[in-house]
Amino acid sequence: MKSLMTAWLTATLLLVSQLAQANLTIEITRGNESATPIAVVPFAGNEALPDDVARVVHDDLERSGYFDPLPRRQMMDQPSSADEVRYANWKALDVRYLVVGSASREGNGYRLRFELMDVSGEKRMLGEVVTASGDDLRGAGHHISDQIFEAITGIRGAFSTRIAYVTSQGVGNNMQFALHVADADGHNSREVLGSPEPILSPAWSPDGRKLAYVSFETERPAIYVQELGSGKRARISSFEGINGAPAWSPDGRRLAMSLSKDGQPEIYVMDLGSRNLQRITNDAAIDTEPSWGPDGRSLVFTSDRSGGPQLYRHDLASGEQKRLTFTGGYNARGRFSPDGEALFLIHGSNKGFQVARQDLDSGRLVTLSQSGADESPSVAPNGTMVIFATQQGNSGVLGAVTADGRASFRLPSAQGDVREPAWSPFMN
Amino acid sequence: MQFKPYARSLAVALSLAVLAGCSSTGGSQEGSMDGTRSGNGSGVSSSGVSDGRTSGSGYGGTASGTSSTSGQQADGRIPQQRTIYFAFDSDRIRSEFEPVLAANARYLRENGNVRVVLQGHTDERGTREYNMALSERRARSVEQFLSVQGISPSQVEVVGYGEERPAARGQNDQAYAQNRRVVFDY
Repeated sequence: MKSLMTAWLTATLLLVSQLAQANLTIEITRGNESATPIAVVPFAGNEALPDDVARVVHDDLERSGYFDPLPRRQMMDQPSSADEVRYANWKALDVRYLVVGSASREGNGYRLRFELMDVSGEKRMLGEVVTASGDDLRGAGHHISDQIFEAITGIRGAFSTRIAYVTSQGVGNNMQFALHVADADGHNSREVLGSPEPILSPAWSPDGRKLAYVSFETERPAIYVQELGSGKRARISSFEGINGAPAWSPDGRRLAMSLSKDGQPEIYVMDLGSRNLQRITNDAAIDTEPSWGPDGRSLVFTSDRSGGPQLYRHDLASGEQKRLTFTGGYNARGRFSPDGEALFLIHGSNKGFQVARQDLDSGRLVTLSQSGADESPSVAPNGTMVIFATQQGNSGVLGAVTADGRASFRLPSAQGDVREPAWSPFMN
Repeated sequence: MQFKPYARSLAVALSLAVLAGCSSTGGSQEGSMDGTRSGNGSGVSSSGVSDGRTSGSGYGGTASGTSSTSGQQADGRIPQQRTIYFAFDSDRIRSEFEPVLAANARYLRENGNVRVVLQGHTDERGTREYNMALSERRARSVEQFLSVQGISPSQVEVVGYGEERPAARGQNDQAYAQNRRVVFDY
């Protein structure tokens, strides 16, 4: 708990000076019919505070697709501690789990207490006091959501994580691009980099402290690494031609990338300490979009060596390369699930371009997203959700879908196009 | 804005795409695109407007009708046609655009101190980094064409912009056709 609080304080400090101006809002587009009914009662004392903590928890749990939170107006009473709970009331509403709590100011921050109840068993499963320094009440809510999610599902919650994404406005030579970082629910966004030239392919370092990305700020593509805390940045690859698709190795010491300095785009691995390059592919085709296996022993990448884009796996020890995708003529930008058992990718068919999951053992491919204009899938660190770029009307927005495709939501922005989402690793 | 010279040119429909690609004025690009489109509402471009599904081929037809104009231009001025268009997921130069390339090659040959950046672009479909690669491949196929025409490699640079700088917005075949392009940026 103590280390959690420390990490959390760090996150809070990072956010203190940032005004939330271009937040993304959540729209649930498809609920999961088998989601577990839960009720999150408004926290006693919360009225006097700037954010509604129970609402944050309610929204987190709903967005996960695992839970179906009860609307507040249906609650018969609003207990704030376990001994006030009348289980019969909640059973009558078919609620399986119940969250109650209280919130108050304490010193420069807040003190939150919450309890999680199993309604059918009439027992308390979890109770915790959370102190938050600074003004990050929402962060405290996400922390509570993480505890509840893990206590019920057995899966580590990813509500306290963050997303990076790129926005753009305008067309042709008159455009503005910006790289942003926000909480996983789209709140607390802040601009990391703004430019009149394209920015793409943000990638989080495994410790969550740095972003690698491609920026055209010199009017040529180059790969940069930027520390989020200090804002300090370095240009680490600016060869002639494409410098693209940076991907951190799981140990954070190497960066896979696509470079066309020798003609066609090829996959390389750069040692970040020495900046030495190791060439991975060597052919006359496009080779790009590398992604590391969670064990760091293989890379998956997109290649059109067979005629159209398909995914291939390169074994770093043996150098062996093997084609992985055979369903349809367009499969690109693969990303491993955290357990390494599946790939999330963009699958092109007569329905357009959709997020799909392919199980590596069976080779079976299932499409997950609904629209036909999807790109850039990025997997939550707990593997339960995939965030991606999609279209709503004529605007680019972010969408997310559960890894089983059963529930989805969108994160529209008030202005401009949003794309290139990258889900952070766990921050603590 | 170099609107007037373009309006005078015969290359009505194609020039609107060039305009979009080269425009650097402020304000609503999308709005000005629409305005340009309706302002040039000739028979040539209306097929594309009325039926997005056929706009790709409409573009090709337009270019072949106009290319003789640029082909005849042999003074020291930058050729008016500086954009050529491609089929989906293709870097093959369509024969109707060869006169455009020839005019630009002639200009580069006659002006040995001039340098050009070949900016490759794709439409928005498919993944961004793959499109980055595809756009560079398009620009390289133009570079290859220029090289065969005897243009010094030192005059030519290639940059792939992928789908990052669309000339036209919208999820329809007409916008896609306008965006799959290589622009001569002098």
